[in-house]
Parts: sequence; structure tokens; C-alpha cells
Amino acid sequence: MTSPHPILSILGIVVVALSIAAFLIWVERRLLALWQDRYGPNRVGPFGLLQVLADSIKIFMKEDWIPPFVDRPVFVLAPAIVFVTVLMSFAVLPVAPGIIVSDLNVGLLFFLAMSSLGVYSVVLAGWSSNNKYALLGGLRAAAQMLSYEVFMGLSLMGVVLLAGSFSLPAIVEAQKKVWFVIPQFPGFVLFLIAGLAETRRIPFDLPEAESELVAGYHSEYSGMKFGMFFVGEYMGVSLISSMIAVLFFGGWLGPVLPGVAWYLFKMFFFIAFFVLVRAALPRPRFDQLMSWGWKVMLPLALINLLGTGAAVLVWR
Amino acid sequence: MLSILRTIWYVFLHSFQKRITVQYPEQKPYLAPRYRGRIILSRDPDGGERCVACNLCAVACPVGCIALQATEDKNGRRYPEFFRINFSRCIFCGYCEEACPTYAIQLTPDFEIGEFHRKNLVYEKEDLLINGPGKHPGYNFWRIAGVKIGGKEKGEAAHEAVPVDVHTLLP
Repeated sequence: MTSPHPILSILGIVVVALSIAAFLIWVERRLLALWQDRYGPNRVGPFGLLQVLADSIKIFMKEDWIPPFVDRPVFVLAPAIVFVTVLMSFAVLPVAPGIIVSDLNVGLLFFLAMSSLGVYSVVLAGWSSNNKYALLGGLRAAAQMLSYEVFMGLSLMGVVLLAGSFSLPAIVEAQKKVWFVIPQFPGFVLFLIAGLAETRRIPFDLPEAESELVAGYHSEYSGMKFGMFFVGEYMGVSLISSMIAVLFFGGWLGPVLPGVAWYLFKMFFFIAFFVLVRAALPRPRFDQLMSWGWKVMLPLALINLLGTGAAVLVWR
Repeated sequence: MLSILRTIWYVFLHSFQKRITVQYPEQKPYLAPRYRGRIILSRDPDGGERCVACNLCAVACPVGCIALQATEDKNGRRYPEFFRINFSRCIFCGYCEEACPTYAIQLTPDFEIGEFHRKNLVYEKEDLLINGPGKHPGYNFWRIAGVKIGGKEKGEAAHEAVPVDVHTLLP
């Protein structure tokens, strides 16, 4: 089943997702500034809103330089992959009833698959750069994202059990009585942490840890290719925030206001939370990150899944 | 785990704290009167130049940004023919002010001397001279110096006795 106006939905969601991702650069800088008792960009236009425009003009004007020692085709392809995979995930995202590009009956699996494919972008970028720091960043990204992927999927299975469907609109509809954050609180916390790791943001930004690895996997990138990684990261943030809102906080459900407004409100709430986490927490060591993922989060996800399954069996 | 949540909460509480940024061009910070900013040359209360072109400031300057040429007027007062400070070199250390025997060269709390062209940072004497005495209002070097100049004989300066004529003391 698809929405009544697929082309409109596709255009709308692509345009809105891209402009939100660009706008997030300003949001993040302002919020970080707020939490560090500063002002942030407030000079260009009202409240510094045109800063985004100035930044994008600047990054488009920059020389897009490909170093002579890189593996050219892969180097060029890598930033496109992160962009494509994140945009593909937006296709299954139900913004409001009827506003969805494609209501796949395995929407959740599609999202997980696309976020797994996103790892390729980072790994290939690090590998093709022919630079030891970029390679280290790529390796870290591969290890981190693969290990956090595992319990990310598992943490969502509780939601699937409760909703009885992989389709995201069906999951939202199943939350009419109570948001899944209440029966699935451990799953929510696990998904939040896994989502942070998936978007490679502080405190899980080890692939690009600027204090250790220059800029990690995108050390060699400049101009708009770097911009693609950057925008891809912000689109990833808005994607994960949207997924949290859809899976655990009832997506478009809410009183009085139209569905889109509720959806955007919930999304921005979690984006702000992501920025708050960035403002507050330092980066863990890499071995701590891995052992935390495998020894703590994975068993917790399994226990959560077992408990939810048992409860569903008993009460249904 | 709890400490992580506590950290996040305390950072969140910063939303309600006062921001410490000073919005500079609109909102200027207070600068102390003895702030070491743009250098000026002051005048004595009579309106004459204080600088006697002794070159001590140029010697004291660790970056050598002061250049001047001494000359004398018809009264025998020394003054600089030109006095040039290259502010693109100046480090605003204030050693010139300390070295100056006549309080002529002084640093002011003005730091807004940005320019688009480097050569515009070279200030000549007419750019440096101000119309007042600066930080030392009553001070007039030539009135207290025991040097003879036109209009002031030896012994006429303030706090000065008439010089003894050693030849009249001969037996």
C-alpha cells in the first residue's frame, strides 16, 4: 500500500528532511551555546537563522579536492552512500496518516537494513582515503556500528511483539491506548543508546574522534563531499529521533494539534536531547565502548525481549 | 550510570543561567583607565608638545616599532621632527610609557584600531598627538627642568634656586 500522492510525499519528505538537516546545524550550535552559557551564531539574519545559508554557500564554494593517493571511485562513492541510505530510511517513516512514501509491511526491517548499509559509507571512506587515521576511523566505525546494530534490532523487537507488525504506521496505530515507552521502557533506553551509536555522535563519535584521529574517516574529505557526510550525520540524527518518536512515543498521535505538528514536536524534542547528551558527556575509550555494547547492552536487550515475549504470551 | 544522568541534568540546568558572552560591538566591556591600548602623544598644560625626542621610548621598545627624529625649535626646545609608530608591530607592552621622562607617550584604553591595509597602521605624529595632557594633567616638563630655553633662564623653573656663580666665590 502506498500513500495517495506518492510523488508529493516523496518530494515533500526529501525537501523537508534536507532542510531540517541543514537547519539542525544552526539548532545544534545554538543549543550547545545555550548549555555552555554562550549565544552561538546570532548575527546572520534574525537569531542567526541565515547562518545555515551562509555556511552552505561557503561549503559549496570550497574547493572539492581529491587527494592523489586515494582510491578515486570508492572515495567519491562513499559520501553518496550515507546520503542515499539515510534518505531511503525516510521513505518508510510515517509522518502523519497518509503522509508516507511507502508503507512497507516490513518497514522496520527496511529501516534496520538501511542503517546497516550506512556502515559501508564510513568504512569505504576510511579505507579508500589511504590514510592511517582515516583507516582507523573506518575500522572503529565498522566495529562500533556492527556491535550496536545487533542490540538495536533486538531492542525494537519488543515493540514489534506488542504491535504485532513490522509496518511503522501499524506500530503507531497500536499506540493509541498507551505509548510503547511505558511497557517498553528498557527497549526505549537501549534504542536511544544504540541510536546515538548509529549516528556516530558524541559520546559515540569514536570513528571521527577529533582529539585522536584528526577527523577519522572523513579526514581526507573537503568541500561538498565533506558536506555530504555532515548533512548525512544530521539527517541520521533526525531519522533516529523520528524513529524514537514513531516507535515509542506514538508518532503523530496527540490531542488538538494536527499529526504533523505532534510528529515534528516529538522529533525536535529528541534532537534536542541528542544535542544535550553531546553537550554533557565525554567520549569513552574504545574497549569500554565495545565491552559495554556486547557485555551489558546485548544481554539487557535479550532479557527485555524474553520478558516482553513472556508477557505477551501470558496476557494474550 | 547515575553520574551520567546527573551530568546531563546539570548541563540541562545551564539553560536557565545567565550567558556570559558580552555582545561586543553593541555592548562594550569596561576597560581600566590604565589599560594598555592605542598609544598617544600628550601635550603639556600650555599646549606645547611634551615629547623632547630623547629616543628612550624607541630604545625601550622591544619590537622597534617607534621611529623619531629629534630637532630643536627657535627657543631651544627639543621636539620630534617626525614621530612614527607602526601599530602592526606594536605589542602594547607599555615599556615606552615607562621609559618616557616627560610623560609624553601614553597608552589609552582604546583598542579598536583595526584596518584593512597594513600601511594604514603606521601612525604619524599628527595621528598620535592629542590636545590634552592625558593621565598627568598638571605636569609641564619644561617648567620644572633646569634646562635653559628661550623665555626661561636658568633658575626660573619651579622648585629651582638661582644657580650659584662660582666665579664670584673666588677669594
